[in-house]
Amino acid sequence: MTEHANAALRWIPLLPLVAAVLSGVWLVFTRRELPRAAVIGLACGAPIASFAIAVVQVLALATSLPADERFYVDNLYTWISAGDFHAELSFLLDPLSAVMVLVVTGVGSLIHIYAVGYMDDDQREDRGFQRFFAYLNLFTFSMLMLILGDNLLVMFVGWEGVGLCSYLLIGFWFLDDYNAKCGQKAFVVNRIGDFGFLLGIFLLFWSFTSAGLPTVEFREMAANIGLVANQSVELPDWLSFLPGYPRLGLLTLACLCLFIGACGKSAQIPLYVWLPDAMAGPTPVSALIHAATMVTAGVYMICRMSFAFSLAPGAQATVAWTGALTAFFAATIGLAQTDIKRVLAYSTVSQLGYMFLAAGVAAYSSAIFHVMTHAFFKALLFLAAGSVILGMHHEQDITRMGGLRTRMPVTWATFLVGVIAIAGVPPFSGFFSKDEILLAAHEAHGIPGNHLLWLIGLATAGLTAFYMFRLYYLVFTGQSRADHHTQAQIHESTTWVLFPLVVLALLSVIGGFFGLPDAYGELFGVQESNSLHHFLQPVVNAPVHAVDHATEFGLAALTTLVGLAGIALATLLYYWRRDWVAGIVAAIHPLYALVRDKYRIDELYDVLIVRPLGGISRGLLARVIDQGVIDGLGVNGVANSVRSLGDGALKYLQTGFAQSYIFAMLLGGALLVAWLVRGT
Amino acid sequence: MRTALFWVFSAAAVLSALGVIGNVRTPINSALSLVVSMLALAGLYVLLEAQFVGLIQVMVYAGAIVVLFLFVIMLLNLRGSGAIGAETQPIMKAIGALVAGGATLWLVRTLAAGRAPWPDVDDGFGTTRAIGEALYTDYVLSVQVAGVLLLAGIVAAVVLAKKKID
Amino acid sequence: MGDVSGFHFQVVAALIFMIGALGVLVRRNIIVMFMSIELMLNAANLSLVSFSREIGNDQGQIFAFLVMVVAAVEVAVGLAIIISLVRNRDTVNIEDTSQMKW
Repeated sequence: MTEHANAALRWIPLLPLVAAVLSGVWLVFTRRELPRAAVIGLACGAPIASFAIAVVQVLALATSLPADERFYVDNLYTWISAGDFHAELSFLLDPLSAVMVLVVTGVGSLIHIYAVGYMDDDQREDRGFQRFFAYLNLFTFSMLMLILGDNLLVMFVGWEGVGLCSYLLIGFWFLDDYNAKCGQKAFVVNRIGDFGFLLGIFLLFWSFTSAGLPTVEFREMAANIGLVANQSVELPDWLSFLPGYPRLGLLTLACLCLFIGACGKSAQIPLYVWLPDAMAGPTPVSALIHAATMVTAGVYMICRMSFAFSLAPGAQATVAWTGALTAFFAATIGLAQTDIKRVLAYSTVSQLGYMFLAAGVAAYSSAIFHVMTHAFFKALLFLAAGSVILGMHHEQDITRMGGLRTRMPVTWATFLVGVIAIAGVPPFSGFFSKDEILLAAHEAHGIPGNHLLWLIGLATAGLTAFYMFRLYYLVFTGQSRADHHTQAQIHESTTWVLFPLVVLALLSVIGGFFGLPDAYGELFGVQESNSLHHFLQPVVNAPVHAVDHATEFGLAALTTLVGLAGIALATLLYYWRRDWVAGIVAAIHPLYALVRDKYRIDELYDVLIVRPLGGISRGLLARVIDQGVIDGLGVNGVANSVRSLGDGALKYLQTGFAQSYIFAMLLGGALLVAWLVRGT
Repeated sequence: MRTALFWVFSAAAVLSALGVIGNVRTPINSALSLVVSMLALAGLYVLLEAQFVGLIQVMVYAGAIVVLFLFVIMLLNLRGSGAIGAETQPIMKAIGALVAGGATLWLVRTLAAGRAPWPDVDDGFGTTRAIGEALYTDYVLSVQVAGVLLLAGIVAAVVLAKKKID
Repeated sequence: MGDVSGFHFQVVAALIFMIGALGVLVRRNIIVMFMSIELMLNAANLSLVSFSREIGNDQGQIFAFLVMVVAAVEVAVGLAIIISLVRNRDTVNIEDTSQMKW
């Protein structure tokens, strides 16, 4: 395959980096902000410019290159060169990264614009505006590095970068202790996942190197995956329950480790706990990082490594089951939450579960399709929620909202579009992507229990529709439950805020047609209408199922019915008969309380992990080892022994007496001469 | 003849050296002993065919350095105390005696070492002319440095020793 | 030179050196200490010149000459220091100058 070099690729991540560095460095050195217009220009100009470049390059990619050679490479320089191993800092634009780049820069630009309107309201501290956009652009840069990376190392740089920016942005209003703690929680949990990711990278590198090809480059690994497919490791006896005992495929182990990294970054069980608390950050952050981009990095990574996962059925099954269970689990929690952003957060975790379910059943293009549509409607929902929060004067409790439909019409309309999309009502985008995933799960006979997986996915779809419409009804319909002071001040947001909402709503409606399944297209006489799937096909090596149309349409109808049932139930309970809710809640109170308290998982982690670790750190490591051994013996001990040596013994050499010094000199000289003339 | 001269000069040198360190009455006596020692050494130099060095020894050492000592002693009006205890260090005496004794024993022990005959040297060896030629051709840099050193010494001495003018 | 060889000269030099060293160590009077140092220098000179004769090379004598120059300078500067010391402390006892001690 010939390699096509393209020097424009580097500007896609570099422009946001430049914007971030300029804003940040200016702040550090002058401690003052640039004029507002300059900040806005820099902050929004960079991602928009990146988007423009990306569009041009992707169009060139799609139209000018034949399908089997469809990728551009931009090699900046050789980063690591150690013996036979070379790692370049280079970017790869192929169909997979093309889709992701467009989503990230496109949705990202919209969110930057939104944030101008949102953060303008921020009275909490000065210097916040420019700092915010510096961080936001830094995040965009990191995410683009992650996506465009040509090898695992560049991807990891981006991976870590987005984790850092997530921390910075969640704890943006750090003067409030709670926000700072949330940021810290996100970072620490992420780190645990990163450890798994690193192990996966090391395992892959090790296996490739022992097969004679030291590399971490995606294309090279994909082309030579056969070299390592048969490598395995000895299992110790206590792991005898694992399938394949006494040996475990090295590729399976590596993929499992990589999946741990994905769990951390994309908030799957058991590392999802940071995402709901990440809502402490400003709403644009929640929209950008925790809905549209960073959390999808895990999905992207698995799709990028599809060549490895396809040969590791154990890992695939793990991914699929974890995804499905997370989807269901998070949906149940979302039923009982009362903070508008928390509901959306758990909804994100749930939808991410769908994406992992898709990746697990090797429907990689479906996973990416869902990434795309989810980015549209979830960002929309978060931004609209932010608009609501602004209009309600930073009120986030939905039990104190209501009746906003007439006061904030544009927000209402776009929010409704988003809710319909996520509930999976055709022909909105969510329907097509979710449906593809469920179909793939149903037909994935290679995964144990795939029908059960499908069932869980179906049930989750119903739950999703229910709790999203619950949210909608409680916030926008009925009488306002806010106090009079707040009610008087409810206002629609500025154009900066509303414009992205409208654009995203539009995309949520028509976005599904990028991936319109072939079966539907044929109904209208369009061949190969699933352009996304066919575009991604050469990269993700997904097996093309031949599914008979009856099954496909039947399952789609079933999914739609379940969704509509959820909507109907929500309408019943939260629009017509709100008084029934209290009774139902009282009847199932213990279960309700458990769900509302998110199954007390955070408390469980606290007792099992956080407190023991804290105890060990404080009691043992800090007091005994650090203060006692290192400080006491090492630092102070050495200093004290030197001092007592000097004070007790050596100082007596300084007699002040010229003659003792002369004696010492003569003695030394004599000894020296005696030594030199020895033997002669 | 030369042998006799050697023994005479050597004895004079060593004995007057003892006189330098052993004199407790007044420093002037030490200085005068030093002069005698210098002159005896000058004689030894001449015996070693080093006429120039011997000449310089008399002129510089005996004629200038010791005179300088005498000037300073007189300027400061120094008197010795005449008591051994006041003039010497007890501990050092003990150590010194030990060291001196050990060194003498070692000297005596190595007296049996072989001695090589001296080579013949031409008449110009060690004369002023020969040394002068060597100094101003091969070692001219050293001479220049020595000159600078002397200058520095002069300046230093003047600065250090002058009385403060208030 | 009959039965006097270079070795004898070395012995003389060694003796004078030792006497000088003893004087430096034992005496308390600064001036006498200084004179003992001069004795040591002279002994070194004697050794140099004697070796120069033994080898037949005049380098030793030139070295001795330069040693004398340095000794002269050293005496001048040292005595200047002693003068100002005595003016300040009014003593020539070396034990009275041992303030820089522990």
